[in-house]
Amino acid sequence: MDILISGIQLGAIYAILSIGFSLILGSARIIFLTYAVFYMLVGYFWYIVNTLFGMNLILSASLAVVMTVALGIGTYKLCVERIRQHETTVILITLVLAFFFEECVLLGFGSQLRNVPAFIPGYVELLGVKVLNQYSLTLAVSLVLIFLIWLFLWKTKLGIAIRATSQDREVVNLMGINEKRMSMIAVGVGIALAGIAGVMVAPIYLLEPTMWTEPFIMVLAIVILGGLGSIKGSIIGAYILGYAQVALVYLVPMGSFIRSSVALAAMIVVLLIRPEGMFGVLFEEERL
Amino acid sequence: MAYFLWRLYKNFEGEILAIPGKTVAFFGILFLFCLYFIPIHPYVLRILTFSAIFAIYAASWDLLYFAGQLNLGHGAFFGVAGYVAAILDLQLHLPSGVAIILGAIGSVICGLILGIPALRMRGPYLAILTLAFPVILTGVVFALPDITGGELGLSGISSLSESDLSVYYICLVVMLLSVLIMLKLADTRSSIVRTGIVFKAMAEDEIAARTSGINTPRYKLLAFAVSAFFAGISGGLYVYVIKVAGPSTFHPLFSIHPVIWTIFGGAASIYGPVAGVFILYPFWGGLFAATPELRMIIFNALIIIIILFMPEGISHWFRDRTERMCPRCKLINSRRRSSCRACSAAL
Repeated sequence: MDILISGIQLGAIYAILSIGFSLILGSARIIFLTYAVFYMLVGYFWYIVNTLFGMNLILSASLAVVMTVALGIGTYKLCVERIRQHETTVILITLVLAFFFEECVLLGFGSQLRNVPAFIPGYVELLGVKVLNQYSLTLAVSLVLIFLIWLFLWKTKLGIAIRATSQDREVVNLMGINEKRMSMIAVGVGIALAGIAGVMVAPIYLLEPTMWTEPFIMVLAIVILGGLGSIKGSIIGAYILGYAQVALVYLVPMGSFIRSSVALAAMIVVLLIRPEGMFGVLFEEERL
Repeated sequence: MAYFLWRLYKNFEGEILAIPGKTVAFFGILFLFCLYFIPIHPYVLRILTFSAIFAIYAASWDLLYFAGQLNLGHGAFFGVAGYVAAILDLQLHLPSGVAIILGAIGSVICGLILGIPALRMRGPYLAILTLAFPVILTGVVFALPDITGGELGLSGISSLSESDLSVYYICLVVMLLSVLIMLKLADTRSSIVRTGIVFKAMAEDEIAARTSGINTPRYKLLAFAVSAFFAGISGGLYVYVIKVAGPSTFHPLFSIHPVIWTIFGGAASIYGPVAGVFILYPFWGGLFAATPELRMIIFNALIIIIILFMPEGISHWFRDRTERMCPRCKLINSRRRSSCRACSAAL
């Protein structure tokens, strides 16, 4: 039961994170490795606004998300967009940016753990297991978010334009869609998702500057496992790897040491059987 | 005798002094060899020793990148070789050279295993898949604490040599040899070694390469094996220099370092990463000594700025500014010349 609850919660967080990442990867066509850092930064923004300025919880959380998105788009515009055609350079610069932000936080706050209060404190008893209300909230928010993202991508004009951009950049340009702006919007939406995931998680885990590395690797694994750019694949992959991790921690002694290893080994096995991931379509060869 | 020396000088002038890139490389290497005559602080010497080791590491990453395989888990090779060398040294007391070579062979096996998924995957899939390997190996290290020493790693490894200076020279010579071999393997114009042109073809267009009758799976595995071998050599040297083999080499960051050095120095050129390491690593060491708290921020900010202005890497940037190819005979000339030095065609 513990496994079930924790798995659902972890899977929900991973799902939000990987949808955002695969959105960026799909439509902006960049491997935006700074992504997971925003998940950590939002917690610190929230901490600043809430604890230091004493603003109310929900308001400060939304403010933190907005600040993160602004920062994210700023970084994208300033540092990534102008070198977008050099693929490996993008990988490098986004990684270096990630470490840069981590160091900034480390310098500003030190490495001690911080915590922020939960939205809804307390817990409910469910079949003999204490379920923190924050867990239920996370789950609810993630479901709503997934629904909203689906609505956005499939029913609005902007969403359709973003999906079109992920399919063929050149034709999109010919159709009068501003392909650069679409990429920027995709990055913004993706970072907003990371921000919301970070806000959901911050009260459960403690804030520390290195909290982004583990979800970061897991998100990469999930996105690859589910198939690049496939949102359905991301959700299912998130739950598979989330459950695999949680089950290992609970069932195997020393499980917490090897949880990432086993989850990643599972990913490799799936990829050996189906190289394009579970629901992915191989990107067609880029036109020259 | 005088005539011979004069010929030697003329050759030197024509081959090296005429091309600015080669001149810089030559005098850089000459300077690295002259450290024996210069009284030098032990900290600087240690930094340069590590630079030499990491130059092999970065160049081996670049060889794989040259063959079109983006590997974000290069630390796996480095670390496996280090552990193998450390275990051989501690348990069997093998001489250091043998232990390092055997460690590199262990790393080749690891490379062949990593190469198998690479046969089916490309681009971002492969990059992220390889990122997973060091993490998995960390799990293995933690799961077998009796052999690998668990979280603390293995310590008490014997030394390469008595004095720090000779350790430095060993690393420098090994570095030069490895880099020369890798340069030859990645030489697209060589008529003896075919790997250069094949790797390049594979990187440019794999399907076209296969259509032209190249056995791409075999060459991919070869690229992984060679790259793993040299990464293994550097991993072995590293373990002998710091005298500890720990799981820190499997940290994702450690696999990212060669990527930073290589792209900073100039990717897919083999000499680029060497230049990158010898610029960035001493710089980082200097920052570490000057401002320990701010060093990472300054370092990262500088890398970001430099990349924004030279996305191709520093060695390509330098080459574009100082060298120019003759349109008729394809000979490389200095940018200051107005006509080609061999065929006198206007540049």
